[in-house]
Amino acid sequence: MAERIPRVPVREQDPKVRATNFDEVCFGYNEAEATLEASRCLHCKNPRCVGACPVGIDIPGFIARVAQGDFPGAASVIARDSSLPAVCGRVCPQETQCEGSCIMGVRFEPVAIGKLERFVADWTREHPDKAPAPEVAPANGHKVAVIGSGPAGLACAGDLAKMGYDVTVFEALHKAGGVLEYGIPEFRLPKDSVLRHEIGAVADLGVRFETNVIVGRTVSIDSLMDEEGFEAVFVGTGAGLPKFMGIPGENLNGVFSANEFLTRNNLMKAFRPDYLTPIHAGRKVCVVGGGNVAMDAARTALRLGAEVHIVYRRTEAELPARREEVHHAVEEGIVFDMLTNPVEILGDEKGWVRALRCIRMELGEPDESGRRSPVPVPGSEFEIPTETVIMALGTSPNPLIAKTTAGLETGRRGGITADPDGATTRKGIFAGGDAVSGAATVILAMGAGRRAAAAIDRYIRG
Amino acid sequence: MYKIIKKEMLNPTVCRMVVEAPRLAKAAAPGQFLIVLTDSKGERIPLTISDYDPEKGTVTIVTQKIGVSSCNIVAMECGDSFAGVVGPLGKASDFMEMPLEELRKEHFIFIAGGVGTAPVYPQAKWLHERGVAVDVIIGAKTGDLLIYKEEMASVCSALHICTDDGSEGFHGMVTALLEKLVAEGRKYTRAVAIGPMIMMKFTTLTCRKLGLPVTVSLNTLMVDGTGMCGACRVSVGGKTRFACVDGPEFDGYEVDFDEAMRRQGQYRTEERQAIENQGRA
Repeated sequence: MAERIPRVPVREQDPKVRATNFDEVCFGYNEAEATLEASRCLHCKNPRCVGACPVGIDIPGFIARVAQGDFPGAASVIARDSSLPAVCGRVCPQETQCEGSCIMGVRFEPVAIGKLERFVADWTREHPDKAPAPEVAPANGHKVAVIGSGPAGLACAGDLAKMGYDVTVFEALHKAGGVLEYGIPEFRLPKDSVLRHEIGAVADLGVRFETNVIVGRTVSIDSLMDEEGFEAVFVGTGAGLPKFMGIPGENLNGVFSANEFLTRNNLMKAFRPDYLTPIHAGRKVCVVGGGNVAMDAARTALRLGAEVHIVYRRTEAELPARREEVHHAVEEGIVFDMLTNPVEILGDEKGWVRALRCIRMELGEPDESGRRSPVPVPGSEFEIPTETVIMALGTSPNPLIAKTTAGLETGRRGGITADPDGATTRKGIFAGGDAVSGAATVILAMGAGRRAAAAIDRYIRG
Repeated sequence: MYKIIKKEMLNPTVCRMVVEAPRLAKAAAPGQFLIVLTDSKGERIPLTISDYDPEKGTVTIVTQKIGVSSCNIVAMECGDSFAGVVGPLGKASDFMEMPLEELRKEHFIFIAGGVGTAPVYPQAKWLHERGVAVDVIIGAKTGDLLIYKEEMASVCSALHICTDDGSEGFHGMVTALLEKLVAEGRKYTRAVAIGPMIMMKFTTLTCRKLGLPVTVSLNTLMVDGTGMCGACRVSVGGKTRFACVDGPEFDGYEVDFDEAMRRQGQYRTEERQAIENQGRA
């Protein structure tokens, strides 16, 4: 076999430097690096990567164009299936999706599909004159409301607008983007350069954005349909409610949900001195949890100047976070306290956190998810002195819409009941993304938004 | 959007603004609040809704200068626009769900402290317009800090004023005036207290002594106001509740006020720093 080109490494900010700033960690490929990496693709007859992509992007197709230096062509191929390539190239868990299925990965390193997707999106943004013009069908006069401007809503709105629908997106916060805006930090997904551009591209399709509208409070789904003439509604309100552990001391000063901590820093830009919203990290922070949100909160606290520990009840092998995030967190100096579970938060005489009381865990039998479930080691309690505790234990769907919309049913975990195409128990109302599934990934939400757009089109055309 | 169409100073530190927010004005109810954002770099500040006019599409807010953000709000003028106004948030007052014939058997006493007087107004008005008996106590440190006297007088059967220094009305705190009114033979069946956390705490203690059920409106820290962040966590009846979605009104007897006051001061260091920074700038 001919000598293989090794996976082209991607340039990143030095860990010591980036631990003190909020600039993006990864610089991405340049044209030469991208073209070289693209040449590694084997162009399998039955590309497994496409099947492993929740929105089914023609991965070998776009990579072939990158290899030929036809970057606008590559962008056109991706645009057929994804409206947020610059986001997905940065935040998708490629190792369990496209790259995890890449045949190159069996003997070598998989093709860097995520980095190539990101390259194409970034190149397109930096060369607006060469970007492919989106194809938008003539206006068909039908109005559709999309609730929530996160990944599911943006994908649904983008597809509907391309089909000619008159789409309005309602957003509860003052800025569009949902979790991409309030949840994912600047150092993973730059807001002004990358996210604003991708949302702008959706707006360019003719989608209207109305911020500061809380559906269920400011207006109801029924008033949108009965009084404002929306023929169908897509609910993509995500999973925004934070979970707490229910242990003593959780209401002490210095205990925050990861949502609060990240919203202050991302949406409200607390890290910038010219913004007014305060944030409190202190000298030492314990983040409880092992997912992407835990990594984001930990790395944010680190950048605010704290010593940071991640406290997780299983082992590193079970961490649900993207591998790249864990790797970056370790590089930056985050301490991982594995097989450790908090049992109480201890406060000082003024009601501020002074320590996290934990118990050591060991792995027992595998549970329903196939992961070995952690069990406490009796008598192994100990204290980790800390100023701040951030709970990153997952989130659940906001019940507001279901509560204020008669006939809209929810399931066991609070998610809206919907079929795979997003049809709910109410005619004309569709739902998808985390609002249905509970907290999952950006790309799964996008996929759900796109399927719902197709279903809404079928519904309206009868 | 969100244009200030009227602004007046009610006293040297408190201002009232009428702001364009048509969707919000149509949906608002007594007891609810809203969040304003002065500009893209500002804080999201929760404020109670002091009035709303669905026809004109406006809401009325009352703000007291305390920190940097509230000063920025008060510094805005007629014709200026907020970067964002969102709401109505939280639940409407409990009494709105009671049948009118039941409500008309009640005699409400509202106890309003300082800037907390403003959100009492729409509640008293709503009840008074429906023929429900309403008395109101307004308390302030000094007579010149009293707000909403005339407005309130027009929406209640009896208005009682008190000041800490005795410069106007009864000389003493709202709690002492409440006890005095009850001792004089006035029979109240329900109390609603809105004002500083410490005032609501002591009013609740007095109400308990008088055997009077009391509702309080908690002005906790908040970021989004929709249940996402949990900054507004309060212990109510031993359970953690979110003031933004489960409140802002709760049964006063059940609220852990000491915890609520402690949590309210969580960013005091940062707030002081911000005031100093602004002084230097």
